[in-house]
Amino acid sequence: MHEHDVIVVGAGGAGLRAAIAAQEEGADVAIVSKLHPVRSHTGAAEGGINAALREGDSWEKHAYDTMKGSDYLGDAPAIETLCKDSPEEVIQLEHWGLAFSRDEDGRMSQRPFGGMSFPRTTYAGAETGHQLLHTMYEQLVKRGIQVYDEWYVTRLAVSDEEDPTDRECHGVVAYDIKSGGLDAFRARDGVILATGGPGQVFDHTTNAVANTGDGPAMAYRAGVPLEDMEFIQFHPTTLPSTGVLITEGVRGEGGILYNENGERFMFEYGYANNDGELASRDVVSRAELTEVNAGRGIEDEYVHLDMRHLGEERIIDRLENIVHLAEDFEGVDPLEQPMPVKPGQHYAMGGIETDENGETCISGLYAAGECACASVHGSNRLGGNALPELTVFGKRAGQHAAGGDLGTAKIETGKRGDWETGEVDTPVEPGDVSAPGEDVVADGSGGTTTSSGGSLSPEKYVQRALDTERERVESLLEKDEGRQHAEIRADVQKSMTRNVNVFREEAGLKQALRDIRDAREKYQDVYVADKSSTFNTDLIQTIETRNVLDLAEAITLGALARDEFRGAHWRKENQERRDEVWLKHTMLSWEDGRPDLWYRPVVLEGENKTYEPKVRSY
Amino acid sequence: MSTQVPEQTEEESSADTESQSQSAAQQARMEKKRDRAAQRDQQREAEEAEREFSEDGTYLLKVFRYDPEIAGKQEPRFDEFHVPYHTGMTVLDALMYARDEYDSSLTFRHSCRQAVCGSDALFVNGRQRLGCKTQLSDLEEPVRIEPLPHQEVVKDLVVDMEHFYDQMHAVEPYFQTNDLPEGEQLQSRENREKIKMSTRCIWCGACMSSCNIAAGDNKYLGPAAINKAYRFTMDEREGEDMKEHRMKIMEQEHGVWRCQTQFSCTEVCPKDIPLTEHIQELKREAVKNNLKFW
Ligand SMILES: Cc1cc2nc3c(=O)[nH]c(=O)nc-3n(C[C@H](O)[C@H](O)[C@H](O)COP(=O)(O)OP(=O)(O)OC[C@H]3O[C@@H](n4cnc5c(N)ncnc54)[C@H](O)[C@@H]3O)c2cc1C
Ligand code: SF4
Ligand code: FES
Repeated sequence: MHEHDVIVVGAGGAGLRAAIAAQEEGADVAIVSKLHPVRSHTGAAEGGINAALREGDSWEKHAYDTMKGSDYLGDAPAIETLCKDSPEEVIQLEHWGLAFSRDEDGRMSQRPFGGMSFPRTTYAGAETGHQLLHTMYEQLVKRGIQVYDEWYVTRLAVSDEEDPTDRECHGVVAYDIKSGGLDAFRARDGVILATGGPGQVFDHTTNAVANTGDGPAMAYRAGVPLEDMEFIQFHPTTLPSTGVLITEGVRGEGGILYNENGERFMFEYGYANNDGELASRDVVSRAELTEVNAGRGIEDEYVHLDMRHLGEERIIDRLENIVHLAEDFEGVDPLEQPMPVKPGQHYAMGGIETDENGETCISGLYAAGECACASVHGSNRLGGNALPELTVFGKRAGQHAAGGDLGTAKIETGKRGDWETGEVDTPVEPGDVSAPGEDVVADGSGGTTTSSGGSLSPEKYVQRALDTERERVESLLEKDEGRQHAEIRADVQKSMTRNVNVFREEAGLKQALRDIRDAREKYQDVYVADKSSTFNTDLIQTIETRNVLDLAEAITLGALARDEFRGAHWRKENQERRDEVWLKHTMLSWEDGRPDLWYRPVVLEGENKTYEPKVRSY
Repeated sequence: MSTQVPEQTEEESSADTESQSQSAAQQARMEKKRDRAAQRDQQREAEEAEREFSEDGTYLLKVFRYDPEIAGKQEPRFDEFHVPYHTGMTVLDALMYARDEYDSSLTFRHSCRQAVCGSDALFVNGRQRLGCKTQLSDLEEPVRIEPLPHQEVVKDLVVDMEHFYDQMHAVEPYFQTNDLPEGEQLQSRENREKIKMSTRCIWCGACMSSCNIAAGDNKYLGPAAINKAYRFTMDEREGEDMKEHRMKIMEQEHGVWRCQTQFSCTEVCPKDIPLTEHIQELKREAVKNNLKFW
């Protein structure tokens, strides 16, 4: 058994920042990550980091923009923390050597971004995330922080009191991918989840293959609520074969979208008569899918984004990296041909419920980054607001876990304070397919042990979690036949892309729940064909697939319950925002193998003012 | 000779050890898949006619296989996979298809699928390339996929990266300066431009694997680590003291002077970093420095 004060799960921007902060606070900290840190998907971020650094700008303005962008579903204490701390964090990154782009006078450059009232998006060319990830990893090396890389965390070691808010987290169990052994990691002071986005729930995404939502799924099953899971951002211009993102900049420079008939559909079919191609991400995504559904898509799949008329000189000058992306990943030369594009899953606004210190309702368990929901993005994230979330909340979680005093959080977690029960009419029973309490070793939900009612020592809980995982891995490897995870995962991904995309209607959402249920049943027979204990990615992906199923279900349940149009979530039956009913967070708790739906009101009271919901129009 | 498997260094990866290892079931499934793919492809035939690929619309991959503990895989071999082609398909897409449809034990690292995570540097048709950044249509068939040469093979296409990481860590790969201002440090555009390419490294290891010197001298820092050092040495924000300190590291026995300017690293770098140029520039800097102290 390994032992540290603080264990950070994940080594993207959020995990690295958390580890550095915990160490600065005096803790013995270690990172456990399924990828080597520099392989994390933070490296893919291009656009930049929002921070109110300059004269004429202020954190209050940034907060106002963010609240408006969230369509009034962000919590003011979290948003204000983000906007207040971001400038200091950006300066910190600069002091760590991050090679930001520079103005003539040598100061860091900032650029305008959608939804921002001031050009405050600080950037390093078109590779801000890459620079940020590597700069922070360098600091990790400098400090000699221990990294267990290519270790896959499969379970949290949490005590078993009846009420989740009484539980405590004592560590994690992880699988050493290279050599195939399971081991326990005891965390004396805290565990911080920083596992990134859940893009693999969909079959077409800008996220990495490793973004399978492991953190939220593990926290959920340990008793932490998942918050606002239905809010998924889709990006309108991704390459069809890989999901690689083509920046808004192409449309900003004058790129035009065409359907199969060569019609400029944004105008010709009246999707956005004023803004055309520059309408917001969700509007353009819906327009594209409408075209495809109406039979006007190319190969029934995508539309064309054409920038040839801009001329080679301008394209090379301003959008050179797009030329490479299209060539390398789609085999298309955009100087000669239009680029095929379609909407792709891009970002999850929801996640593990935390307060503004990164803490969940289970003491000693924290979450930060895209896997967490504090919530700063509410129902829609503005571009450039995710990277500051990594540094600001990564740092706070690290400090708090290591015993730093950040004051009492204003945001409540778990079923405490103000909350109400919810109800949703599902066509099939969601949750575990076996009866509650039944021994379901293979899918990681049960175990042979009975509850101790919170009476064991921390070491015993960690040991027990390890034993459970041993049983699970053994049972997966023991079976010689059954179904393979790839088929199950692909079915669910397809159903999610078809039914839980930018168009959401009751019938489709119910179909997705049926498909997920079906997949859960198939997963009962899952087996791992590769019996090797060396680098067994078959085993890892099989365990990930279980997590994908839980998250797919949570996203769909939230989407079915929320019958309104807010931010990124659109419902055919109710195409407007309904503040009278829906100014509240969707919460899902895993109780005895069943998702329990409830709601918590949004916190609109900020430090100096209360935010008044206004119509979101730009 | 391209790949090293622990213990059995020499004779293993000769091309003729290919075996028809797929089971009958896999064959049958492949047939079915191929039929379906062929059907799909018929519809697109018109447009794709001028594209060069085998008649049934599939690509033939020959993939290196090795597992130290699975009987039948301990002896390295090549497996063949017929993968249905679609426009835009990359080497990584093809490998994922082969794994998900034919053989779930086929093992390789990958994550971002967009040339930023550096996980999937492979030896494809005799050259170091990123699987995700290589279009099948740019390659001759059959497509031969092997793990990076000069590194120990862990399993199939996965190599041990520890040595590469050790070298990267050996050059004090972090920003250091003796005087930090309160607010942001200033940096000129020219200076930022100067270090820009060097900051693009994604730690894929392709350069190191292509380097003859690194293959012969295990202690040689290698192109990626020297490039990392270049990135800081040339950053004006660190100041002159730091620069001197960094040059000392570069001038050590296994530093810049080992490079024999063969350009192989520069040729394979998927991020187009002018590695050889950077190494040469550090050599010149070293000469300048030494003259100063004499
Ligand atoms: C293409 C793209 C462009 C973007 N552009 C921008 C932008 O311009 N500005 C902006 O603000 N945001 C942007 N975003 C969003 C932002 O980049 C992400 O939200 C953010 O980087 C996520 O960081 P993270 O640290 O939470 O997770 P990640 O960087 O994804 O890291 C997750 C880590 O968790 C580890 N992990 C996961 N599961 C396990 C497990 N079970 N066991 C052990 N380890 C595990 C992984 O190994 C990895 O190290 C973009 C996103 C994408 C996809
Ligand atoms: S320098 Fe280029 S080839 Fe070498 S590790 Fe970096 S990105 Fe890869
Ligand atoms: S998969 Fe990330 S670099 Fe190829």
